[in-house]
Parts: sequence; C-alpha cells; structure tokens
Amino acid sequence: MPPTTMSEPLRIVVAKPGLDGHDRGAKVVARALRDAGNEVIYTGLRRSAQQIVDTVRDEDARFLGLSSLSGAHEHLFPRVCELLKQQGLNDVIVFGGGIIPPGEREPLYACGIRAIFGPGTPSSEILEFIEHVTRLENCGVGQESDWHWPSSA
Amino acid sequence: MTSEFLEQAKLGDRRSLARILSALENGTLHINDAIEIIGGPSNSGKGHWQTLAITGAPGVGKSCLLDGLLRQWAKKGVRVAVLAVDPTSPRTGGALLGDRVRMTVVDDVELNDLIYLRSVATRKASGSVPFIVEDMTKLLLALGWQRVIIETVGAGQSEVRCAAIADRIVVVEGPARGDGIQAEKAGLLELADAVLVNKSDLPGAELHADEIRESFELGVGNAPPVLLTSAVENTGILEAAELLLALSSSGRSQRARWRERLLSHHERKILESPQLEELLEKLAKGSILLDEALQVISGGCDE
Repeated sequence: MPPTTMSEPLRIVVAKPGLDGHDRGAKVVARALRDAGNEVIYTGLRRSAQQIVDTVRDEDARFLGLSSLSGAHEHLFPRVCELLKQQGLNDVIVFGGGIIPPGEREPLYACGIRAIFGPGTPSSEILEFIEHVTRLENCGVGQESDWHWPSSA
Repeated sequence: MTSEFLEQAKLGDRRSLARILSALENGTLHINDAIEIIGGPSNSGKGHWQTLAITGAPGVGKSCLLDGLLRQWAKKGVRVAVLAVDPTSPRTGGALLGDRVRMTVVDDVELNDLIYLRSVATRKASGSVPFIVEDMTKLLLALGWQRVIIETVGAGQSEVRCAAIADRIVVVEGPARGDGIQAEKAGLLELADAVLVNKSDLPGAELHADEIRESFELGVGNAPPVLLTSAVENTGILEAAELLLALSSSGRSQRARWRERLLSHHERKILESPQLEELLEKLAKGSILLDEALQVISGGCDE
C-alpha cells in the first residue's frame, strides 16, 4: 500500500487508561492536536489496556497518546505497550503525559514510549514532537530505535 | 501490499480491515479494485436491509442509543459494522472523533468480535455523510459484515445526504425540541423509515412522539413507526432493536433518494478532480468564473 501522503490527516488516539477520572489534560491535548489538523479519536475515561489497544487497531491510528494522573502509569503504560506489540501493532508511535516524575520515565522509554510530557508542557511542544517523530524511522512502540523526545517538563 | 491486507481482512484480521478502510479514505485504493480481490459481497442480504443511517440533531442521543441497539443485535449474533461520522473543521482540517466515548459495547469482551466501530471524519465533503462512506460500506459488506450502520454528523432539518447511501433511515428525535409545527416542517422526517424519540425519561417526549405521529398521518402512504426510547434508563431499546432489524422501507421519496445520490456523485467528481486546488486558487484570485471552473472539472471527467 503506498504511504499516506502528507496532506492526509494523521489519526491519533488519545486515551485515559485506568481508574483516573481527570481528563482535562487529555482534552487539552486532544484539542491542540485537532487544531493542528489531525483526526483525534478520544476514548473517554477509565479504559483498560486491552480496550485502548483494540481502539488503536480498529481506528487504524498511527499515534497513541496516554494520559495518567493517578500514579498508575508505571503499571498501565507498559501494559498497553506490551499488548500493542503482542497484536503486531509495532509501528504505532506512543507518547504519554500527566503526573509522571522524571525519575520514573526511563522504564517507560524502555518500553517504546517516545515522549513523556509533564505538567506545564506547552501544547506546541507536543505538536513539534509529532512532526519530528513522523519524519524518523523505526520509532513505533515495537521498533528498534532507542530515541526519545527531550521533554522540557 | 494491498492485496495482502485484503486477504488478511477477508480472514477476519481487524488490523488489515482498518488499514484498508484508511486506504479508501486516503484515495490510495479504489473500491472496485478492492472488491475484485475480495470477490464481491459474500452475503446477498436478501430479505433485509444492509445499510441503515441513524441521523438527527446534535445531542439527541444517537451514539448512546446506538450503543444500546448494538448490544441487542450482538446478543442475537448479528455482525454489525458502524461508521460513526463526526465533522472535520473547515478551518484546520482536523477533527475530534468522540463517538467511541458513548459506545461502551465495543469494550464488552463477550460481544466485541461481532461489532466493528470506526470513526470517520467528514474531511472535504459537505453534508452529514461524506461520500467515501459509500465505498467503506461496500467493502465492509463484501468482507461479510451483515449490517452496516452509519451514524451521521448531528444533522439539521434539511440534511438528508444519508439517503444517498443508506437502505433505511432512522431519525432520532428528543423532547423539548419545539412545538407541533416543527414536526410539520418539511425535511429530514419525511425520509424517515422509523423515528425514535429518545430521552423518553424527560418530560415532553410522549407529546413530541404524538405530534410526529399526527404529522405522519396527514401524509400519504404508510406512516413510519414512531417509538419512545431512553438510552440512559435502557427502556424501549429492546423493542427498537427488534423493530429496526426487520424494518421495511417506507417506500416514500424514492425520487428524493435518487436526487441525493446524484448530488453526492456530483460533489465527489468535483472534490476528486485533480485540478481542484488549482481551480480554487484561480477562483480566489478572481481569474476564472464559477461556471468556467465547473466546465474544466466536467471536461476532465469525460476523458
């Protein structure tokens, strides 16, 4: 299948895994991505890892953004990455955000997550990340690159 | 690569199905080529409809209601694919596709093999259903999905483009949406094969259903059924699911449907014209007239 031309909108799933009920951050990010010309599929609150991966698969999303403010990211984010790989969705680019202390980010990068955005990140930085990573090779969750975005917050 | 995805999709691989639908949307795959590889519809669908549009004003509860209906249909073992349409921003080309938020049935592990839900943005097309949905529908039917439901963008009184694609049209209404005169106005309701008055838990729903029934009785031909439902209280859903599965066409407005098909095809020719961008530029500069632009496009189509 020929590659998608640059003029086609990117499809991005923005998801809230786990029991965390705060989605202001996810909505702000979804809105910024929408306003940048992307097609954003929002899952709503309290999704399981499996539900999120099913959504990415059925919606043919190229990106997955995970938001967590509950502290459960150490468990939930790697679980989502693992399921994506199990389902052969290795080329999906995963990024995360929320309350994720800098000291807890390395293991997440090691799972294949390409960016973690903390509180105070300007939405323009997330758009820069999307634009940048789209041009890189092998940055899907199950692909070999060990690159990750140098977040400002 | 494409034929590989098509073969995989035919075997039931969801990822490949999703990829092919994107290829149709992005214009990198033509529906006729896809059908040739798959080998045409595996189910002839004799005796019942194959595509049904759920339409109605924004916020009347189309997605919530559809969630309830899907649950009932899946319990009966019917394989249903849903194309849920939300609007693309005319300014930025982006879209927020939020129908999944309401459709929790796809998270039910007992049922979700029987349901495929895909969010679709209108992109460049006008109206409540983009023309590409027709191709996506054909593909899903050819891959063995028994029914395809199209959930339109929240539609206004005269937005009837879904008639171009769907075998049946279900209009969702709600209470407190105006007096009896609203039901008398021409438009969407005239093309309905069934009407669901949702939010029946709220006051005014029954009155509104009566007004719609009265309006239908004044018209010619068989009056479409009007049902009360409440998605939040889960009342009337079972009845509606049964009724809709076997819904017959109201048989009205065949001409109106063909008009919508014609308009939809015409719009598609314009939007898929290779000269479109160039012509828009010239129009914006004032160096060409609208009629001239149309001539260039139809000239290109004749070749």
